[in-house]
Amino acid sequence: MVNEKIVNVKMKALRNYLDKIKPNFEEGGKLHAFHSLFDGLETFAFVPRTTSRVGSVNIHDAIDSKRIMSFVVIALMPALFFGMYNVGYQNALAAGKLAEATFWGMFWYGFLAVLPKIIVSYVVGLGIEFVVAQWKKEEIQEGFLVSGILIPMIVPVTTPLWMLAIAVAFSVILAKEIFGGTGMNIFNPALITRAFLFFSYPSAMTGDSTVWVNQQSILGLGFTAPEAYTAATPLGQAASEGFAGFDCPTICNAVTGLIPGSIGETSVIAIALGALLLLWTGVASWKTMLSVFVGGGLMGWLMQALGLTQIEWWHHFVLGGFAFGAVFMATDPVTSARTECGKYVYGLLIGIVAVMVRVLNPGYPEGMMLAILLMNLFAPLIDYCVVERNISMRAKRATKK
Amino acid sequence: MTKVIKLRKGLDVNLKGKPTDEIGQVKCPGEYALQPDDFTGLKPKVVVKEGDKVLVGDALFVDKLHPEVKFTSPVSGVVSLVERGDRRKLLSVRVKCDEKQEAKSFDVKQDVKALLMESGLFGFFRSRPYDVVANPEDAPKAIFISAFNSMPLSQDFEIALKGQEKEFQAGISALAKIAKVHLGVSAKQTSKALLEAKDCEVTVFDGPAPAGNVGVQINHVSPINKGEVVWTLGAEEVIFVGRLMLTGKVDFTRIIALAGSDVKFPKYYKVLVGQKLNTLLDGQIEDNGHHVRIIDGNVMTGLKTTEDGFLGAHKTEVNVIPEGDDNAEMLGWIMPRFKEFSTSRSYFSWLCGKKREYTLDARIKGGERHMIMSGEYDRVFPMDIFAGYLVKAIIAGDIDRQEALGIYEVAPEDFAIAEFVDSSKLELQRIVREGLDVLRKENA
Repeated sequence: MVNEKIVNVKMKALRNYLDKIKPNFEEGGKLHAFHSLFDGLETFAFVPRTTSRVGSVNIHDAIDSKRIMSFVVIALMPALFFGMYNVGYQNALAAGKLAEATFWGMFWYGFLAVLPKIIVSYVVGLGIEFVVAQWKKEEIQEGFLVSGILIPMIVPVTTPLWMLAIAVAFSVILAKEIFGGTGMNIFNPALITRAFLFFSYPSAMTGDSTVWVNQQSILGLGFTAPEAYTAATPLGQAASEGFAGFDCPTICNAVTGLIPGSIGETSVIAIALGALLLLWTGVASWKTMLSVFVGGGLMGWLMQALGLTQIEWWHHFVLGGFAFGAVFMATDPVTSARTECGKYVYGLLIGIVAVMVRVLNPGYPEGMMLAILLMNLFAPLIDYCVVERNISMRAKRATKK
Repeated sequence: MTKVIKLRKGLDVNLKGKPTDEIGQVKCPGEYALQPDDFTGLKPKVVVKEGDKVLVGDALFVDKLHPEVKFTSPVSGVVSLVERGDRRKLLSVRVKCDEKQEAKSFDVKQDVKALLMESGLFGFFRSRPYDVVANPEDAPKAIFISAFNSMPLSQDFEIALKGQEKEFQAGISALAKIAKVHLGVSAKQTSKALLEAKDCEVTVFDGPAPAGNVGVQINHVSPINKGEVVWTLGAEEVIFVGRLMLTGKVDFTRIIALAGSDVKFPKYYKVLVGQKLNTLLDGQIEDNGHHVRIIDGNVMTGLKTTEDGFLGAHKTEVNVIPEGDDNAEMLGWIMPRFKEFSTSRSYFSWLCGKKREYTLDARIKGGERHMIMSGEYDRVFPMDIFAGYLVKAIIAGDIDRQEALGIYEVAPEDFAIAEFVDSSKLELQRIVREGLDVLRKENA
């Protein structure tokens, strides 16, 4: 009770302070150049007080895009934290000192390895968002809160920060802002970042070199690997070497996530936790998510039945970025199909194309990124077909009489 | 056997301050006002001067394009003010009422349509497409009447109907002479006057709001195609017609609901169209120290007004809720916010069940964004129309696509619940109203 009172007093003080400095940021104020920054911070601290205008609905649901985006970020946390731990684990494994490493030692090592990427991603991306918002005299849009955390999670841990910065800037400007910002973009900005890195700096992103494991110690934490250690992802191995299916340890490790790979994509268990939250809150569509798995499973089964691959159909789900893509990328409401029927088709095709790229294209061991980007492009076409049915039904009804 | 249509899509918001069945008395106010803006799309022409004496049923203003369509005074007395705004736009015509109310007599033997135009009741018709005041030259394919309002804190029509059953039936029988009449009834309604109404086709609708919207009912019974016209009339306005047919005099008495979390004793009141709201609200608003919003109409579709405002012509309720602009709520994006209502499970209102009553204020509770989430509108839009795509076509100004997607079938009020749940906080009703206005101008 006393605590609550103190919070209340502090809250009032902050509110009053914000009200006091607010005029400086308004049109003509001396700090007007930072208007969008102030506005962004103010609406994060307090629920906006604006009330509805005459002629629009008088009451509103409490949901807003800040809440939705925050819940996606929360849903990403298990995968992120596990990813940090796995970075430390892979480092210890590379150094051959797994027995000496402690849980927290490995976690903090991974934390230090990943944190700079998160900071770079947010600083560059949000910086551009603030500038654009200021320029267009709009409010800051929250979309990048999600993209900004997704980006570090879908790149190898060794990606240089400067590359990341360029890629983030490229995708925020050319994949999002030129289309009109969050809600108007055609492609998922996080995946565009990854695609940009993938095609511009292939040596830093391919699966058969040293990129997946951080081999230097950071601030005394972790270990420096004695010699250049190569660790390919299981999918990379399958694509490059003579291969007769996965054995149990690889698959078990793929489920828990103790395999090399992009930071956030490895643990199926951590991703499943996030998926549960997204589905429960209704932020992600179960229709899209389910049909990605159905499509991938069908295609995996077909490929195996035709003798084109030795990989079991369900191994595709636990390896590489399939699960991560299905849960966090395919379900992006903006770039996914928007009609309910369209979501089934959209998801199904992502699963099919992802496995097709994995199996049939020797150059790309991972197909999820390309599959989702390709279907992003086709989502409006899928919706067009669904909406067109409604339109032709209406036209027929009019001419029938 | 009456046809029952079950609707699954929609949303009932359970708000605090529902009216009790009691009917209260109000003071007789000095002044009444008829406001042309209540009759969407009307170009009014005033036919009285300040100081003129008028009877109940005497014209105050007429439709400039169809002068035979009159808009008549609800009271007898002296015209006290012809209020004009920017560019001399007519805002209202006010009448100071006298002691004994004298009503003009009409000849009920004449053609029904002519009688309604003469007596001021025709102006209450709305026509779809466009949801504007009806044009007497049109030949409507049907007249639709919704006998219930499903929006939160709205009037229960059965209370207004009690004792007026004969008038209601007389009204329907009169309307049936103009076109086929469809009556939409709620599954919860039991009144025989509704379920066994003659001279009309009764359809029962079972589902959450906006099932009571006449637009939803039209879409399920006989959807409007391009080139067709449908007229709609409020259920209480049918009683007005019935009174006229039975007595030869107009009587604009309504039973309206005064409801909302900031009303001390929410209940029903017997009032006249154009009643000054302070006669209703005096001493009725809770004094909690916060700002209040007075709404002419219900929380979903009504217009913000003040105590000095007047009851709108079509309005069947007045709601009072907190304004909320003095509220400093912190970190809304992450706090549990147990007091808030949301359809999203990222809040906890799903835990509290449907019985819990909420006090919602008028804050928008978020910033306006582009459409981000998909399918939000469709979940609460019980028509065979892609609401999100239609809204996008309106924003883009693509008239061909609006037509193809079914804009002729909708009215702004049909989007009210969608606007309530929208996480991007777009002003859908305003967007649709402006879209319809542009389309009407283009097609004229």
